[in-house]
Amino acid sequence: MTVADLKPGDRAVIKGWLTDSPPIRLMELGILPGTAIEVVRFAPLGDPIDIKVRGYHLSIRKEDASQIVLIDSFSA
Amino acid sequence: MAVSQSHSSSRRVALIGNPNVGKTTVFNLLTGMRQKVGNYPGVTVEKKTGRMEGDVPVEIIDLPGSYSLSPKSLDERIAYDVLSGHLAGEPRPDLVVCVVDASNLERNLYLVSQVLDLGIPTIVGLNMMDAAEEAGLSIDIPLLSERLGVPVLPMSASRNDGIGKLKYQIRKEELAPVLDRQWTLMSAVEVEVPALIEVLATEAPKVPERQRFIEVLQCLTSDTMLDYWTKWAPEFQKAVQAVRSRLQENKVPYQQAEVIGRYGWLSPLVAQVVTRKKDPGAASVSDRIDSVVTHRVFGPLLFALLLLLIFQAVFSWATPLMDVIEHGVVLLGSLARDFFPASMATDLLVDGVISGVGNVVVFLPQILLLFFFLGLMEDTGYMARSAFIMDRLMSRVGLGGGSVVPLLSSFACAIPGIMAARTLANPRDRLITIMVAPLMSCSARLPVYTLFIAAFLPTGTVLGLITFQGLAMFSMYLLGTVMAFVASLVLKKIVFKGETSFFAMELPPYRMPRFKQIFWRMIDRSKAFVIRAGKIIFGMSIVLWGLARFPVADLSPEMASVRMEADQAYSVQVDSLMSLGKSQTEASELTGKAMAATYHSINAAESGYLIEHSFIGMIGHGLEPVMRPLGFDWKISAGIVSAFAAREVIISALATIYSVGDVDEDSPLLREKLKADRYPNGDPVYTPLVAVSLLVFFVLALQCMSTLAIAKRETNSWKWPAVMWLYMTGLAYLFSLIVYQGGTALGWG
Repeated sequence: MTVADLKPGDRAVIKGWLTDSPPIRLMELGILPGTAIEVVRFAPLGDPIDIKVRGYHLSIRKEDASQIVLIDSFSA
Repeated sequence: MAVSQSHSSSRRVALIGNPNVGKTTVFNLLTGMRQKVGNYPGVTVEKKTGRMEGDVPVEIIDLPGSYSLSPKSLDERIAYDVLSGHLAGEPRPDLVVCVVDASNLERNLYLVSQVLDLGIPTIVGLNMMDAAEEAGLSIDIPLLSERLGVPVLPMSASRNDGIGKLKYQIRKEELAPVLDRQWTLMSAVEVEVPALIEVLATEAPKVPERQRFIEVLQCLTSDTMLDYWTKWAPEFQKAVQAVRSRLQENKVPYQQAEVIGRYGWLSPLVAQVVTRKKDPGAASVSDRIDSVVTHRVFGPLLFALLLLLIFQAVFSWATPLMDVIEHGVVLLGSLARDFFPASMATDLLVDGVISGVGNVVVFLPQILLLFFFLGLMEDTGYMARSAFIMDRLMSRVGLGGGSVVPLLSSFACAIPGIMAARTLANPRDRLITIMVAPLMSCSARLPVYTLFIAAFLPTGTVLGLITFQGLAMFSMYLLGTVMAFVASLVLKKIVFKGETSFFAMELPPYRMPRFKQIFWRMIDRSKAFVIRAGKIIFGMSIVLWGLARFPVADLSPEMASVRMEADQAYSVQVDSLMSLGKSQTEASELTGKAMAATYHSINAAESGYLIEHSFIGMIGHGLEPVMRPLGFDWKISAGIVSAFAAREVIISALATIYSVGDVDEDSPLLREKLKADRYPNGDPVYTPLVAVSLLVFFVLALQCMSTLAIAKRETNSWKWPAVMWLYMTGLAYLFSLIVYQGGTALGWG
């Protein structure tokens, strides 16, 4: 499951990235393995997404969100 | 060598912080109006410095807002280069003030931890304490200061709280050194560091000892920084390269080592320092506003309404002011003509200098109004929401949501539109936006559209509802917009191909606008326009005046005799009136009135003759063979050349060429003259097809030196304005050619 699969109001914890070279900028903004993330809302046309991470709101596109893998809630 | 050292006696203080943390407010409060704006040599990044009042001279350098010192953009590269002393003529600062958002501490401290690794004395300005308190956060400031090893000053810059203490701390005689690095990289990377520091120290001994670690780290993670050392320390560069390949082979994610290491230190630190008094799940005021503002239905609706308001303001509220300025310029010109004797110098003063200044100042009302609204949107946090709402639509044409406002502003005028593109963080998006903005039909095209549509396109309605002429006007706007989208797609695919970008935009909490800040920025932007672009516009105005004025041709014998006859008639009339007992003054006045029309038409005919034989006229004749396939004769060509100063100039240029004196676009006289004009073989010069071809040319061509001047300023090079002019002129020629030749082939000519 990735961040792109979440619905508004869902919370999850990040496991890692699908790609070997994740965008460092997103990591610098605080999106790291072990970080808690909440999807707040989608933009009116469904993209981008408003997520809450480390206490602030960040907007990312679904395309990038689909690269961020989540920890399976059952095994967490 | 690469590291500049400080020599001057004044203390150099660098101000740095994430975007949206109130850094500019702090800068303004520290320096007041004692600010200077320039550019860093060779790059588009704006350099802002200011002086702080007091006994000890303090120079404050406002660095561009940055999330990180590992450069991802030109702005961040400059921030790192200034802090590390990599720029020639920019010595390493003596002190760094890091402005951080107290309500968003963890991410903000990431940048602080990077600054600490430079080894420069540092102060942390813990800004937005009010917002943090509102959010129910309590911060143990003494503990934070102890853990970071630097002074931490709580403040709320928007309320002017805590600035006094910051000033005091900046002026302090002794600057406390910072602690040694308190965090570590993943061990596989950490073990490589000491040897690399050794190589760097030997090869580039001028790099301060405390700075060596971060230089090594930057090279490990960033290719641009690695390239930088190829010149200054090739052995070091090779050593880093070797370490990189070794780590790559062993599958060590070394690019991520810095981020993981720093957050590994910061996360527990923040957990220790910050206590939450409120339930973090509770919706904040900002969240509640967002549920309306970014709502599926209300969001776009609200945005559309706001745009309509801005559009209305820039389009029509600015008009009275612009009229006042235009009339003022005309008045000033006629006063000058009354005051100075008629001469070449007076002509230069009135038609060159005064109207040149007028060409610059006339844009100020639009620029001020637009930047008022942009300031309001940015200051409240709405700008980020507008980009959030529009991003999906704009991404289809290769742009992002942030380009909507600059492009729509360009409907009023491309100059404030191009300046508004500064709000875009992604340099590629910003450049594409600048490049396509002049395709949006600006208000200067409107008089040209009005004249030619009213004169040559049929009246009547389509489906009994929309007038044909209205539809034509709408088509002009549509054509420009569609071409702007096409151009941005092409630019993205061809010029910037292969550059991947991703989108990450902070949605800062809503805030009350601070009008003082907005006012400051309106002044700042206007100054930038007047001083930088103004010089070029002013110079070009004088050149164009010279082209239209020289060479001064001798009037043809017929013209000379017409004037002589009029002069004779004048003196005969004056004499006869005087013989009837009128004084000489009275007689001259009466005769002057009676013959005003005669002289007006003589003057107009002479100006028409002079302009035909001026350089502009020659260029028009010279261009005729090239322009004929578009349906344009030499007069239109000359008009187009003179309209290079500004599009609306074509109307007064045509009026001069057609010898009708000063008129505006609604003048029936000019319309009739245009309609009556014939080629020697009797064909009309203007047919509806020629008019459409000319309209299309005006939609697409870049005939505005002010746009070129501002594009030069914003991109800091002549390359992009040159590309802009060439592609737009090419498009204009091509489309006019298709319209005219296609139309002629179909028998519409």
